[in-house]
Amino acid sequence: MERKTIVDAEEGKQDLVIIREFDLPLELLFKAYEEPEIIEQWMGTKVQKLENKKHGSYQFVTTDPQGNKHGFNGVIHEFSSNQKITRTFEMENTPFSVQLEFLEFEKLTDDTSRLRMQIVYRSVAHRDQMLKMPFRQGINMAHNRLQEIVSKLK
Amino acid sequence: MKSRRDVFQAIADPTRRAILTLLAIQALTPGAVADNFNSSRQTISKHIQILTECELVSQEQNGREIYYHLNAKKMKEIADFIEPFRKMWDDRFNKLETIMKKYRPKK
Repeated sequence: MERKTIVDAEEGKQDLVIIREFDLPLELLFKAYEEPEIIEQWMGTKVQKLENKKHGSYQFVTTDPQGNKHGFNGVIHEFSSNQKITRTFEMENTPFSVQLEFLEFEKLTDDTSRLRMQIVYRSVAHRDQMLKMPFRQGINMAHNRLQEIVSKLK
Repeated sequence: MKSRRDVFQAIADPTRRAILTLLAIQALTPGAVADNFNSSRQTISKHIQILTECELVSQEQNGREIYYHLNAKKMKEIADFIEPFRKMWDDRFNKLETIMKKYRPKK
């Protein structure tokens, strides 16, 4: 399987960029962010509220395998079909602070498209903490510098 | 009881990262490593000890001298720390792609 998702998290910065190219026309990619039923399928969440407009807001609830419910919510600042979504994202009842997301949708060809998602965190520490989320153990380090070192070894 | 060193804490320190960078270029004796820093040899030696405990650095006897080497395999493991986060998004987007490929407008 081809690796299509790129995560760019520069050392010492409080944002990161996720880029992904899709074998989908731009309109279909955008629809996956627009239609509640589709969001529910790929995000594995329940959409309780989704107002796709400026000053709109959204609310999702996800149930984990243990049956615990986790709420997510945010406010939509900008919603331009097939182009752009700017919104906040917050995990309820967690120490994680609210984050700001800039989603840009771009047509590559008639059948392919690209999503560029920039996420801005409250601080460098908050970003690194979020990056560590999928791990058992925490880290606080220089990813890019280490990559440099490792690439020198090859 | 001696607790196991946290490898990520070990590399959070700028001096230790600098030592790793030096060793990435070539194996060095403790003295040669210390020559690159203003800190005392004892301080540098302490840093190297921490890196050794984390298996980031290994030592080899060469005649009368001890040489420190970088453990490339361990370094690679750490450099890939972002991978689970990337994988999480990749899985999510793969799912999105699969769903949308099957998508047919309702009307």
